[in-house]
Amino acid sequence: MSFLIKAENLGIYGQTHWRVRGVNMQISKGEIVTMIGPNGSGKSTTAKALLGIIKADEGVVHRKKDLKIGYVPQSLTISRDVPMSLERFLQLTQSHSASDIADILALVGLSKMEKKPLSALSGGQLQRALIARTLLLKPELMVLDEPVQGVDFAGEIALYELIEEIRNSLQCGMLLISHDLHIVMSRTDRVLCMNGHICCEGAPASVMENEAYISLFGPKASEFLALYHHDHNHDHDAHHHDHHHHHHSH
Amino acid sequence: MLDDFFTRAIIAGLATAALMGPIGCFIIWRRMSFFGDTLSHSALLGVAIGLMLHTNQTLTVFVIALAIAAALYGLRARAQLSSDASLGILSHSALALGLLMVSFLPPSQIDFTAIFFGDILATSTQDIYIVLSGLVIGALILKLIWRPLLIATVNQDIAKAEKTGTSRAEFIFTLLLTMVIALSIKIVGVLLISALLIIPAAGARQIAKAPESMAILASFLGCLSIIGGLWGSLEFDLPSGPAIVTMALIIFCILLGLKEIARMKDKQDGQR
Repeated sequence: MSFLIKAENLGIYGQTHWRVRGVNMQISKGEIVTMIGPNGSGKSTTAKALLGIIKADEGVVHRKKDLKIGYVPQSLTISRDVPMSLERFLQLTQSHSASDIADILALVGLSKMEKKPLSALSGGQLQRALIARTLLLKPELMVLDEPVQGVDFAGEIALYELIEEIRNSLQCGMLLISHDLHIVMSRTDRVLCMNGHICCEGAPASVMENEAYISLFGPKASEFLALYHHDHNHDHDAHHHDHHHHHHSH
Repeated sequence: MLDDFFTRAIIAGLATAALMGPIGCFIIWRRMSFFGDTLSHSALLGVAIGLMLHTNQTLTVFVIALAIAAALYGLRARAQLSSDASLGILSHSALALGLLMVSFLPPSQIDFTAIFFGDILATSTQDIYIVLSGLVIGALILKLIWRPLLIATVNQDIAKAEKTGTSRAEFIFTLLLTMVIALSIKIVGVLLISALLIIPAAGARQIAKAPESMAILASFLGCLSIIGGLWGSLEFDLPSGPAIVTMALIIFCILLGLKEIARMKDKQDGQR
């Protein structure tokens, strides 16, 4: 299968230790890949190296030629010191027509908020605004770093439904980074379970049963999928997910 | 027209304040006011070296400020210090080195009041040409880097992930800030430069709704401070630099007050 982005043996060294090392991964067109792992497991670091935000100390990243990327960073990293309307923020890197903006805002549930200052949005609204901004770019690959941070539970489900809807309509590849397990798992084609390296990967159901996953998140974590399993009904014919278990020497 | 010292002062002041407006906005947005402070403190060292070498002081101030900016990036990357701590080291070391250099000069050569508080009323015709060319060059550069710099200011990671050419814009902005400081030493002096960068921009922040309008408003408020301050300095025989900064402060307080009044009115309307 042709890839959008691919990392080979990626490693990033922090001040005193390797934050992640030996990461091999790829994301294909139309595929939702989720990286899960505890805090400090190197999820965001890996994604940032993949996107070229930080320099990798080891390994290489290959991108499809002229790959169009939409990046949704953690909402806390957005500076609200600049006076800016939501409408203006959506056009930060590129101009769009007023009707496109209105359509996207309706899709993410922020209708008629064009003129609202960015500083007046709540955490959940800002998160949706960030997603709306990348949607307007019509990216081939969307990368979302903790997209439900600061969003309440009902909003969380709605956000994941939105993300799935986007994937279905845009047919873009997606990389989701999350430390919460339950909803993420059921709406994903492939899960990468991280802890300084990729501990295990595969379809959500197979990862849940993996011993590396269970040792990282505890036996309770395997129960999450069952709760939401009925939601998981995308077409899997185009993909075949192998279940890998990497062995590491520590 | 340029024969009159007051006219020269006004022209130089307005040109500097106009350029400082948008630059001051970026300093506020990027939370780098301490960085501006550090660069301006280093200007004393620049002036002293200029006097020693008998060369143009604007040039030596520019070069020294650049060296300090480079040292800051080096320190941050290598010494595992926050920008805050790195700036603390550089700011006061530059000031101390500058004072040491000055002590080697004959006392008649150096006018401390002029260096610390500026001497806009002594602006020469040559100074005017330098400041005006600085304004034209600075405005052109700002126009070129505006968009990428704004993206990087709102979020650096988006800027890098979506390849908007930001590192170059940030580097050029540092050069621009250094240039503005070198140009404006004479007007407000080492100690008050960052005040004139920040206070008008902070005033503009109170009412502006878009980045561009804030930048233009900051320039306008800066110019107003220059005119008001120079008038006060002439009328009441006050030192010009401090009078200009005080004028900027008064304008800021008025805008803050207006904003509070507007907020109270909104609140009352909302209750009805």
